[in-house]
Amino acid sequence: MAKLTRGFAGRGRAERDPRLPPGQYDAGRDWPVLTAEATPRLATDTWTFAVTGLVQRPTTWTWDEIHALPTSTYRGDIHCVTTWSKLGITFTGVSIDSLLAVAEPRPTASYVMATSHTGYTTNLPLEDVTGGQAWVVWEVDGQALPVEHGGPARLLVPHLYFWKSAKWVSALRLLDHDEPGFWEQNGYHDRGDPWLEQRYQGD
Amino acid sequence: MPSSPPRPRATSWQPAEVIGITDETKRAKTFRLRLSDRQAHLAGQHYVVRLTAPDGYTASRSYSVASAPDDPAEIELTVERLPDGEVSTFLHDELRVGDELEVRGPIGGWFVWDGASPATLIGGGSGVVPLMAMLRLARLQARPELVHLLVSVRAPEDLLFADELGGDGATVVYTRAAPPATVRPVGRLTSADLAAVLLPGATVYICGSSGFADRVTDLLGQNGVPADRIRVERFGPTG
Repeated sequence: MAKLTRGFAGRGRAERDPRLPPGQYDAGRDWPVLTAEATPRLATDTWTFAVTGLVQRPTTWTWDEIHALPTSTYRGDIHCVTTWSKLGITFTGVSIDSLLAVAEPRPTASYVMATSHTGYTTNLPLEDVTGGQAWVVWEVDGQALPVEHGGPARLLVPHLYFWKSAKWVSALRLLDHDEPGFWEQNGYHDRGDPWLEQRYQGD
Repeated sequence: MPSSPPRPRATSWQPAEVIGITDETKRAKTFRLRLSDRQAHLAGQHYVVRLTAPDGYTASRSYSVASAPDDPAEIELTVERLPDGEVSTFLHDELRVGDELEVRGPIGGWFVWDGASPATLIGGGSGVVPLMAMLRLARLQARPELVHLLVSVRAPEDLLFADELGGDGATVVYTRAAPPATVRPVGRLTSADLAAVLLPGATVYICGSSGFADRVTDLLGQNGVPADRIRVERFGPTG
């Protein structure tokens, strides 16, 4: 259990929002930017997104092709492992379910590795990106997704810590085993459930 | 982005005693902590600090280690006081020598310097903190030629670690106000400022606000530095 800190009372949790997982604070209108690499400038006319690995039909979509799929909107909250959360944010894009319906996962597929145009990677159980829980998104609150937040398009997996929502996402590779991605190799948790505070390896 | 070294060991919360508090500037203090679980950090890594209230409420924030990994039992965290910062205001206004905090770390395997290869370090404001650990490590190892630190600050009173940034291996750029006799005119970082400090073959470590990091990345591009040689640590909100 946590040990008491002398003199620390904390602030304003009488009205603590029930949407905030433990250890998180409401960033309000701020949206901090945390990335480990230089911000890439990606043109939508050459942008692609691919689903590869253990699928029946490896498929690559262009910007226009992915926009031709049925759009899907998430309205809810996002939680960064550095302890800020944003409540009531809206993203629009395409559900990962729609992409997997085309690519058709093989029966042995159980994990995915998300890859970005920068080379960033993050690993997820397949069941965390299916069933209406994950998207490739290109709009936030009705506007084009800004480049510093992963535009033109990023992965969105809002029920997990936000490093799983890979910015500038380029592909999902389906695997029959789990492999650590970028932050996961650097000490962060393999799954990252904010309600269980799965921040670091060993949590 | 290149691959990373083997996964670091899992960390857990441990008590740490505050054994020293030093004013760096009007808004920044350095807290020296004695750890109960000895483990040397890598230059550039951070620790998480957790505060716990009587009713069990906790608040945690990450702070970069400013000290070189010279003593596995002690670390220094340099913390800027943010006016609305729940944790930083407590650390600045309430914490005393002899108090105990809970900390967890060291964390991070990407924004770290191995102590052996050339590194150019570019910091904006308090973004100098993790870079200071790298500069101090280079000096500790008597390999000062391996690193050059450039720090950009608004004015002299904002400069952290001023006593250690006067000599070789460090350059200070002032954007709004400079000390008397400063040759460089005040102003934002330029491509020429970076060209003057880039070491051949170096990995470039940038730490500062997101706007600062993006600007430096663009200037590095003008100097022919490829993106895969740049490592970035950002802080601060954007709109």
